[in-house]
Amino acid sequence: MTQLTVEDLHKRYGDHEVLKGISLSAEAGDVISIIGSSGSGKSTFLRCINFLEQPDAGRIAVAGEEIGLVRGRDGHLKVADAKQLQRLRTRLAMVFQHFNLWAHMTVIENVMEAPVHVLGLSKAEARERAEAYLDKVGIARLRDAYPAHMSGGQQQRVAIARALAMEPAVLLFDEPTSALDPELVGEVLKVMRALAEEGRTMVVVTHEMGFAREVSSQVMFLHQGLAEEVGAPAEVFDRPRSERLRQFLSGSLK
Amino acid sequence: MLHGYTGSLLDGAWLTFQVAVCSLALALALGLAGASAKLSKLRLLRAPAVAYTTVVRGIPDLVMMLLVFYGGQMLINAATDALEWDYVEVNPFTAGVATLGFIFGAYFTETFRGAFLAVPAGQLEAGAAYGMSRWQVFRRILFPQMLRHALPGLGNNWQVMQKSTALVSIIGLSDITWLADQAGRSTHQPFLFYAVVCAFYLAMTALSALVFNALERRYSVGVRRAAA
Amino acid sequence: MMDWHIIVDSLPQYVDGLWLTVQLTVLSLLAGLVLAIPFAVARISANPLLAKPVWVFTYFFRGTPMLIQLLLIYYGLGQFEWIQQQWQDGSRFWLVFREPYGCALVTFALNTCAYTTEILAGALRATPHGEIEAAQACGMSRATMLRRILIPGALRRALPAYSNEAIFMLHGTAIASTITLVDLTGVARNVYSQHFAPFEAFLFAGFIYLLLTFGLVGLFRLAERRWLAHLQPRKAVKDAA
Repeated sequence: MTQLTVEDLHKRYGDHEVLKGISLSAEAGDVISIIGSSGSGKSTFLRCINFLEQPDAGRIAVAGEEIGLVRGRDGHLKVADAKQLQRLRTRLAMVFQHFNLWAHMTVIENVMEAPVHVLGLSKAEARERAEAYLDKVGIARLRDAYPAHMSGGQQQRVAIARALAMEPAVLLFDEPTSALDPELVGEVLKVMRALAEEGRTMVVVTHEMGFAREVSSQVMFLHQGLAEEVGAPAEVFDRPRSERLRQFLSGSLK
Repeated sequence: MLHGYTGSLLDGAWLTFQVAVCSLALALALGLAGASAKLSKLRLLRAPAVAYTTVVRGIPDLVMMLLVFYGGQMLINAATDALEWDYVEVNPFTAGVATLGFIFGAYFTETFRGAFLAVPAGQLEAGAAYGMSRWQVFRRILFPQMLRHALPGLGNNWQVMQKSTALVSIIGLSDITWLADQAGRSTHQPFLFYAVVCAFYLAMTALSALVFNALERRYSVGVRRAAA
Repeated sequence: MMDWHIIVDSLPQYVDGLWLTVQLTVLSLLAGLVLAIPFAVARISANPLLAKPVWVFTYFFRGTPMLIQLLLIYYGLGQFEWIQQQWQDGSRFWLVFREPYGCALVTFALNTCAYTTEILAGALRATPHGEIEAAQACGMSRATMLRRILIPGALRRALPAYSNEAIFMLHGTAIASTITLVDLTGVARNVYSQHFAPFEAFLFAGFIYLLLTFGLVGLFRLAERRWLAHLQPRKAVKDAA
């Protein structure tokens, strides 16, 4: 079943067109890695999917339900129904580059927050859920710590547990290891790998070529706002067709 | 328009402004002295400065003012009696300025102390390494930079201080508040006259904010453009 | 040098004055804080119809002396015939403004509300953008986000600045004595005029204010330990692995 469909997404900042029509389709269990140099638009693309950025044109559907869009007076696309967007956002859980944990809440409060106050779960249910997912990411013992007292790797694993606790259709990862010290990258990738093996649907913007090659079902290479190459990892990494991808890979694999 | 009170209110406004400026001068002097004492290596200087800032900032300005006004009079009476001098009266202007200066000197002490500490020690070392005397390091490097760090705090304290000048009316100084009180009673329009006082203070604080913003812009030269 | 008998004899008066000072401080701080929360939210709103009136309110109360505000309300309102009419008709709302106690409470509460509004607005603006994005991304409505993320975070961040405001308010209540209320300062003024003993009268009052100030500082330190635990430096906690 198709969990996420994006069609012909456009986005511009002033005169600068960042996304020039990008499409993506994720079936249940797909892991799609989006790679590309900085400035290629890959993060913007991901952030447009859940409307943290407003796309200028395109269609987005989550688990078969299309997000209703209208064109505002300023020419930008707007969400027609804020309630629908909120509902669809609960189906698209996001993991951020800088974790974005809520600083005044403990680990378990961070994970329980949205299930209780957005999904409407009872505290007991949410706690049970939170504990299970914290256990899954290997952080259950720190449930009463505050984010500021944890390493980046630990914070990112909490952020992943927070996303899992929404039991979303698709997990969106926005460069989840880019802000981490090199020695902490492994613990986060290990968790993400386990999630992929469980068959969770994931869209991952990443610089980790090893992860993209070994874990993805599909790799998308973005260059200057266009999907320059899309395909299975073996194809994209071993038989790059475009010069740009070859250059990018030789640069990033060095 | 103000039932013939315009002239006297202007006099009162001028007096309030004088109280504010004189108190500011005294407070700045006390603040610098206090900060120097607090940063001194000598315990004998540090201890009284700490006591000064702690006690003054723990007591309402009105209580302090009444203490200085009435207590000061009593001390001076005792002194003049002992020396067999003539009676000297503490005038409300002096008492008001002395109290406000004394109180805000404590706040300025904290501002200056923080500002002195904010100047990187390495720059002072650099001065010493180039053969400057201690006084030269203070005057040429420490003081100008300290001033920049102190400006926002000075601005805030000055705003609070201007508003505290209204208290001098309580010890009988015929400042704008006192005169408005009198005018309000005799015309039975107290609201009108207090509103005029409000307008005066709003104008004074707004003007001060403008001046301080301009000063801050001037003194932050070399901060933002350092890289260019 | 000090005549302790004067202080001992007036101790009961000082206790009454202390009680009034505590009442005025606590009640005005509470009322001011409760009002300041919605005001601060309005203050940072993108809608000028919400933000502008709050700006005018805080600008007036922060730009003028609290003493004048108190006199304006206590002596000033009686100038208007309409309000005198309300008093004669026994309007319970307007009668509050005929009593010094009511006027002092209203003035103090509005004054601290203005300062607290600006403190909270600053703390709301300082919310890390990532926390807002995370809230949006998991589907929170604006109201839920305010209630669960923005306001709780801002209240905590505002705590250090608010503790200064609370101390200012404690000291500010001293002007209640200018409208016939016998708070701690009022008692000191009475004791002074009965005995002409300025040092005994005002130093003792000052000493009690000092203790109250220390008490407030201590309370806020406890509150910060409780509510700002997430900001306190602490070594990174050990992993479960």
